[in-house]
Amino acid sequence: MYILVAGGGKVGANFARTLLQDGKREVTLIEQRRDRFERLEQELEHHVILGDATEIHILERAGIARPPDVVAALTGDDEDNLVISQLAREKYGVPKVIARVNDPRNQAHFDLLGVSPTVSATRGLMALIEHEVPEHDLVHLLELRKENLEIVEVMIDKGAPAAGRRVEALDLPEGSRLISIMRNGRSEIAVGSTELHPGDQVLAILQPGKEDELRRVLLKT
Amino acid sequence: MNALVIGCGRVGSSIALQLDREGWEVTAVDEKEEALTRLGDHWSGGFVLGHGMDIEVLREAGIEEADAVVVATDGDNTNIVIGQVAQQRFDNQCVVVRLLDPARAEFYRQRGLRTVCPTSVAIEVLLDAVRACEIRPAEAATT
Repeated sequence: MYILVAGGGKVGANFARTLLQDGKREVTLIEQRRDRFERLEQELEHHVILGDATEIHILERAGIARPPDVVAALTGDDEDNLVISQLAREKYGVPKVIARVNDPRNQAHFDLLGVSPTVSATRGLMALIEHEVPEHDLVHLLELRKENLEIVEVMIDKGAPAAGRRVEALDLPEGSRLISIMRNGRSEIAVGSTELHPGDQVLAILQPGKEDELRRVLLKT
Repeated sequence: MNALVIGCGRVGSSIALQLDREGWEVTAVDEKEEALTRLGDHWSGGFVLGHGMDIEVLREAGIEEADAVVVATDGDNTNIVIGQVAQQRFDNQCVVVRLLDPARAEFYRQRGLRTVCPTSVAIEVLLDAVRACEIRPAEAATT
């Protein structure tokens, strides 16, 4: 498998290093800054090349025309990651492109231009904080953009309409399903006969936009 | 007619001033306040301080009412993204994007973005100048 990584900062360099560790993959890392490049070259040798990964001739030197199985656009500039992703997919037919979003406000641009999947440290951190210290009654854990589904977590309160009821008796919105119930630190898969108790943490999978309906069925209105 | 000029450097500011003289309602956008000085003391058009990648800045500058959008910041990739956002998100029919790299200019031109590449223009002009020199010695030899 051939993987092309654009951007040799902390994210890109560690990503490339990890990919190279098991020796099964071919990896090329492109880094623009000479000081970073020289440091990386000492460690990763011929796996690093110097240049601007948004320049077509640099991408071609890195073998984009083969094309690679995966291109990861991981620079610290969102506009660069967007252009690398578009070039990789649309000019060279790279089957899998992953782009890093540095500023979460730019996510809309990636969505508009069809660049997916994206990874964002800020978004990941926010989801983690929400999970650990929920401020809302419904927490988004994972977005599956391609599948148009998302996984959310809800906490069943005392007095919630779902408390004391079995899963099969709930009038769940179409396009949603309960995955599991976590109680006293142990979780079990939610089946029809599973009864919901106050304090349960419930994982659900649903289509985006169905959150409010799910909230009405499980929690207070 | 309303025009939005994003990136108010040497190129952007000259375009803004010229369009203003031709009777357009012009709003310029730049992330540096000093850019406003390029428009001169008598600038009566709009100026919005902010980055062109920021949707709110574009809205404030009136992208939804603009008849034309000129994108001329100093970053090619920034211009590519802003140009596509103006065209695809705000459905603007007249988006012109300045790109210095001929290769990217060609790729995005093929994808329907109106790109202008000063580098390609300069190459053509320089080549023509060189060819003009070539003709003269040849002409001299035949006479």
